[in-house]
Amino acid sequence: MNPYEEPIEEKWHDEQAGPIVRPYVMTRGRTEPVRGDFNLISLAVSVRSAGAMEVGLNPEHLAIVRLCQDPLSVAEVAAHLDLPAGTVRVLLGDLLDKGFIDVQDPQPEVDMHDLRMYEAVLNGLRAL
Amino acid sequence: MDSARSDRVKAPKKLPTAIKLLVAGGFGVGKTTLVGAVSEIRPLRTEEVLTDLSVGVDDVAGVEAKNTTTVAMDFGRISVGEEYVLYLFGTPGQERFWFMWDELAAGALGAVILADTRRLADCFPAVDYFERRKTPFVVAVNCFDGARTYDLDEVRLALGLNPAIPIVLCDARRRESGKEVLITLVQHSMERNSKRPTPA
Repeated sequence: MNPYEEPIEEKWHDEQAGPIVRPYVMTRGRTEPVRGDFNLISLAVSVRSAGAMEVGLNPEHLAIVRLCQDPLSVAEVAAHLDLPAGTVRVLLGDLLDKGFIDVQDPQPEVDMHDLRMYEAVLNGLRAL
Repeated sequence: MDSARSDRVKAPKKLPTAIKLLVAGGFGVGKTTLVGAVSEIRPLRTEEVLTDLSVGVDDVAGVEAKNTTTVAMDFGRISVGEEYVLYLFGTPGQERFWFMWDELAAGALGAVILADTRRLADCFPAVDYFERRKTPFVVAVNCFDGARTYDLDEVRLALGLNPAIPIVLCDARRRESGKEVLITLVQHSMERNSKRPTPA
């Protein structure tokens, strides 16, 4: 990155390589989830627990299952695990595919004419 | 995989639906402060890869015309009842990212544009953007200590705001104040989006 640093091979192991390489390994190079769209505010909740020996799940998958005992957004999962949102989407897709989580996607923009929703949000805000 | 059925930790219940609100404005105007004041959680940070849709750039067959940028966003959460959860995202303050907000603005119920009267021009890109995108927005003038108090009509004039756009004074550090701003935004969004009049 720094133009004054020599791009020598040892640089692969410095701290800059970590956050790039680790998520890539975690998703085995995948950039799209096998299932689901996973908007930044899609909510995920665990519907069954996962043991450490669960086939096909890595420690990050297990961490997400533990984290999502209560519904959390993709953005929250990413922040708690300190991972890019894109990586979390792929991991959530695996968990959805294997039946460990349920997902609720946000309403698309075209459905925003729902007066009941506005009233519920306004009442909730006033009660804060 | 042993006894998958008995692993069920809870009966499937209906998940709430998340709603996105944006907090935009110039760098250092108090976006994260506002998010933190109203959020039920400590503001969190997430990084998202945004795509520049390269509007106006000729696509060359076989050549990837998209540019991507990673931006960090601070966000907070407000649960409203059982059914809905609001997420407030502080949009990146840097002007060069404004054309990348499409992914952030998609599906948003509305936006708060925080303005600092000492640097009013900082929020021009956000005003332009949300006007063009037809995202409902309100302007909240953050009353910094020591800032000269402006008449809101002067600010409206300086920003060239349509008379229908609400503009309010706020103190981004105070929960009550932030709450009022959000209520103003949701009411404005409701008026903009609903075809029918609000039932009495």
